[in-house]
Amino acid sequence: MLRFKGNGVYGAYAIGKASVFKRNGKKVCRRRITSAESEIKRLENAKKQAISQLNSIYEKALHEIGEANAQIFEIHMMMVEDEDYNESILNIIKTQLVNAEYAVAVTGENFAEMFSLMDDSYMQARATDVKDISNRIIACLVNKNDKKIDFNEKIIICADDLAPSETVSLNKDQVIAFVTEQGTGNSHTAILARNMNIPAVVNVGEGFLETVKDADLLIIDGYNGDIIINPDKKTIEEYELKQKRDIEKKELLQKLKGKENITLDGKRINVFANIGSVDNIGAVLLNDAGGIGLFRSEFLYLEKDRFPTEDEQFYAYKKVLESMGAKKVIIRTLDIGADKQIDYFNMDKEENPALGLRAIRICLSNPDIFKTQLRALYRASVYGNLGIMFPMITSENELKTVLSICDEVKKDLKKLNIKYSHKIEIGIMIETPASAIISDKLAPLVDFFSVGTNDLTQYTLACDRQNPKLAPFCDIHNEAIFRLIRYSAESAHKYGKWIGICGELAADTTLTEEFLKMGIDELSVSPSYILKLRDTIRNIDLNSNKSN
Amino acid sequence: MREFEYTIKDELGIHARPAGLLVKKAKEYESEIIIKKGEKSANATKLIAIMGLCVKCNDTVKITVNGPDEEKAEKELKEFLSESF
Repeated sequence: MLRFKGNGVYGAYAIGKASVFKRNGKKVCRRRITSAESEIKRLENAKKQAISQLNSIYEKALHEIGEANAQIFEIHMMMVEDEDYNESILNIIKTQLVNAEYAVAVTGENFAEMFSLMDDSYMQARATDVKDISNRIIACLVNKNDKKIDFNEKIIICADDLAPSETVSLNKDQVIAFVTEQGTGNSHTAILARNMNIPAVVNVGEGFLETVKDADLLIIDGYNGDIIINPDKKTIEEYELKQKRDIEKKELLQKLKGKENITLDGKRINVFANIGSVDNIGAVLLNDAGGIGLFRSEFLYLEKDRFPTEDEQFYAYKKVLESMGAKKVIIRTLDIGADKQIDYFNMDKEENPALGLRAIRICLSNPDIFKTQLRALYRASVYGNLGIMFPMITSENELKTVLSICDEVKKDLKKLNIKYSHKIEIGIMIETPASAIISDKLAPLVDFFSVGTNDLTQYTLACDRQNPKLAPFCDIHNEAIFRLIRYSAESAHKYGKWIGICGELAADTTLTEEFLKMGIDELSVSPSYILKLRDTIRNIDLNSNKSN
Repeated sequence: MREFEYTIKDELGIHARPAGLLVKKAKEYESEIIIKKGEKSANATKLIAIMGLCVKCNDTVKITVNGPDEEKAEKELKEFLSESF
């Protein structure tokens, strides 16, 4: 088992046999000729043949990968006819009295060099195009037919570099991936590969072709550029599973992409993502989430050995908001304590940390820490669609204090002429039984509720969620929890507010129908659950009499 | 002879595909069309030469049109450029 690494060009997996692509690497010889005229005639014929080959490749590409991508072969035809290019070839033939193959090869190299010397990576990559057409003309001159790769079983093409025309000539049904020693993510080969949905790894570097042999078993990971030659059984099984999941996910995504999350009877549900770090945004976008329903801001505090500054926080929030564009991003203010402890907060040791100084209680005890975070949030709010959510609320007064601190922060910013959005939605977590029971008093004060089912379960059932021995007593489907959620939903809707669920129960698709019947408007789950949840919602009919 | 300037707005500058379109367009006229970027210039009917100018986004190029149909060519080229680049 040997590993190589390059740049993944198209995210997918392939497992199959290697086919090492060897070009007829005959060197072009310089040969003296007697008549420039007859040599030029040979050249003209070869060019005609090259153009007609390019024409049929263009037609094939047009059919397979669309006009925009096929146009490169039109460009190739124009290059074959390019005045400067031809003038150079004719000049070499006439003045040096040499064979056309040599004249084309020299011209091709000169023009390719001109491109590769440009200070622009896109233009540098065009050197391949010039080489490609030159090789084609030379092949026509020596009367070689257009190289077609023809195979009977599924294979992974391994080559030093594949020219665009070679990539298109591949029979897609047989080729399941390709690996090239050279090439960049900018080369046409890479662009075409993406369009053909073939996983590919480019720029593997020298040494790969010397190692890999025909019929070697290869694993290609187009996501991170890994190549494994002759993997062991365990690795094969691991990748077969990865491949299966990848295909299922893509099929689901294909099915759901751009579709709204509407139940069969027409109720629209927001499906958002829970994340804990800026790095997770990629996964949010990849899974087509409608927004971020819970952004845990703790990471900003956990990754440091001192309090993060206002600016540090501002840039992190700004980045998330900008990445999500117009989509909603709900950031939960600091929620540490209980099972999440941070040394520099210098918290006293508590007998019952879960019932101790945590979350909003820390913020209200240390208004400076709280205000720093709020200022950063308000400043960042102009860069997107922000919602702010407060954890562990248990009383109306507590919430009123929180809101008055927000007002102070806004007033300070106004004084300093610092802009903030006036459309920020303010919400609270419903994660204590108290907040659910008085949800009718809290609803008028906020824009939304988000139910944190993990804490709500632990507090309602009086079960420490970290004690595995309590499992028999900690039924997450206990009726008490559902009554609290149902009542909170009624309270929210009574005042025209919306309610979501961001705890683990939100991802339990056996409960989705029940939640929707309660009137839950939004479900926020880990990115990997999003597609399955969306699929579930689209198959629910709230008018059906099926019992819960 | 007519002369005008144009600033490229396409993110990739005059890259392969639009350069090809430009060549096709330039061949429609009898007039000679020259594109100038700084000290380098290229005939608009020559694909590789145009690509060789390495015109990038926000670069300003000077275009001269010289010949019997220069008035028409100038007008239509201006439209073409603002649509394609």
